[in-house]
Amino acid sequence: MAGQPLAELRDASKFFGSVIALKDISMAVSAGEVMCLLGDNGAGKSTLIKILSGVHAPSAGHMLVEGREVRFKSPREALDAGIATVYQDLAMVPLMSITRNFFMGREPTRGSGVLSRLDTAFADRVAREEMHKIGIDVRDPTQAVGTLSGGERQCVAIARAVYFGAKVLILDEPTSALGVSQASMVLRYIAQARARGLGVIFITHNVHHAYPVADAFTLLNRGRSLGTFRKEEVSREEVLNMMAGGKELDQLTAELEEFSRADGASPQGT
Amino acid sequence: MAEQTVSAPGADERLLKTPLSRKLLNRPELGAVAGAVLVFFFFGIVAGDSGMFSLKGIVNFLEVSALLGILAIAVSLLMIGGEFDLSVGSMIGAAGVVIAIPAVQFGWPLWLCIVLAFGVAAAVGYANGMITVKTGLPSFIVTLAVLFILRGLTIGATRLITGRTQVSGIRDVARDDWLAAIFGGDAFTGLFAWMAEAGIIEKRMDGLPVVPGVPMSIVWFVILGTLATWLLLRTSFGNWIFACGGDKIAARNVGVPVTRVKVLLFIFTACAATLVATIQVLDAGSADTNRGLLKEFEAIIAAVIGGCLLTGGYGSAIGAMFGAIIFGTVQMGIFYTGVNTDWFKVFLGVMLLIAVLFNSYIRKKVTEAR
Repeated sequence: MAGQPLAELRDASKFFGSVIALKDISMAVSAGEVMCLLGDNGAGKSTLIKILSGVHAPSAGHMLVEGREVRFKSPREALDAGIATVYQDLAMVPLMSITRNFFMGREPTRGSGVLSRLDTAFADRVAREEMHKIGIDVRDPTQAVGTLSGGERQCVAIARAVYFGAKVLILDEPTSALGVSQASMVLRYIAQARARGLGVIFITHNVHHAYPVADAFTLLNRGRSLGTFRKEEVSREEVLNMMAGGKELDQLTAELEEFSRADGASPQGT
Repeated sequence: MAEQTVSAPGADERLLKTPLSRKLLNRPELGAVAGAVLVFFFFGIVAGDSGMFSLKGIVNFLEVSALLGILAIAVSLLMIGGEFDLSVGSMIGAAGVVIAIPAVQFGWPLWLCIVLAFGVAAAVGYANGMITVKTGLPSFIVTLAVLFILRGLTIGATRLITGRTQVSGIRDVARDDWLAAIFGGDAFTGLFAWMAEAGIIEKRMDGLPVVPGVPMSIVWFVILGTLATWLLLRTSFGNWIFACGGDKIAARNVGVPVTRVKVLLFIFTACAATLVATIQVLDAGSADTNRGLLKEFEAIIAAVIGGCLLTGGYGSAIGAMFGAIIFGTVQMGIFYTGVNTDWFKVFLGVMLLIAVLFNSYIRKKVTEAR
């Protein structure tokens, strides 16, 4: 992809005491691109997200945003630089209305000083419009978020990040807790965000969710990068195999075959 | 990818007019308002001719409600913010003594003592908040500890300085104090005098109205209730309160200053307790180290009757006001009907239980798909 990456890590490492959480990771995401970050549990995905979103600073290496080197001290700074992170379950308050969730922390106000008050009409309208854009029809934006499905909630969180000017979206396992149709709703919206020119970093351990929307894959295994691959270069199976899961799955298949053969030999064993 | 054309939705034409009953059900204060109506109705029948609903009677039970209500409003905000404050009762006792001892024993001007009391309250609230937020311990435990510490300090220090547990003689120093005037006495005395002249309200033998005016406690109650409701529903800070109580990690992730919000709410409850203490001290002319005993629970009960969830993130200040009104009405109503006041506690417990059951039902309704 031509042009400068929106966000880039160069040889980033992170140590916690003597534990090497990440070692020499390089990855980049450009505008209009979905970069999939794949890895099994413990591969270092969460640490990588935390570096990108400003929760941790890298112990070594560089982080660049639009070509300029940055060093975030807080998630707020990352947010101001246009890097928004959508956490899996930790972005919505179920008892609060859609509008109140949408504008949580960045409420639109009218008036100033002690008379500063919420602009509820504006907030309700924007919330409904933004939800409408992603194909979710909210009839009443004052209804509690708890009334929405898991996929819809995830979409509200993404729509919120987009509305507030995110250039890079980091999605932490946005589909892992969702059913098939719910997940495809979220995936469709990820494709839409890409079409609008956002750079998306999509973290998951589910290749089947990642493969349809991804442009490139970065694979993590035990804190190290196995490299970045364009989608044209690899097949779904290759990706799956490269993840730690691949080998395990092969082994599991082999074991299962072993079992069925044993079962066939001794039918009385129930 | 073809962008789908989107017509900006105005009012959604498929949106059925939400039935009023449905809208009301979604208000957290519904139960408390209904309860208050029921209680008025009940005592209107049972105690209608006992003078409870005469002007004097109404002012009486509203005054009881107001003193509790001031606390309940602050406690409800804190509960919506996801925390408890069990130290408000002790704070009432402490604040009373902080006002009374310097004023009576050291001869300080009363206004300075009142300012000092609010300063102490802010410090206690700040400590409560910081300990709770920074340690991550449940506020229930932290403020329970503070409940005992404050009460003990109050009794200990008062006995050490004065040799007794009561400090009287405030009335003399309060007489010409400019700050005391906004906490004690009555408001609208001119209006009431005029209404008595005009024959709208009853007069006493000496020609003065039966009720000299609206007690300042009721004025504060209404002012605080209005402000708290406006704060909750119409300001950014209000949204942050809901967010902190609903899910503090989510709130933090989107940039809500959770620590600041919670600490400010703790300071507010301590200051509300001090407000109650100031009003009581000026009214009674003395401070008692045992003032405010069990008020922390009564305030929580009023807030829960008013629709606050114990888990935070949901509730209303108006609800807490009505919760307090129910409380005051029943307390005085039982007195007027001549039933033994021991039964009041039974009623309280039952009310609390019903309110909690009702709230958990409402919470399910709110988060249910429509």
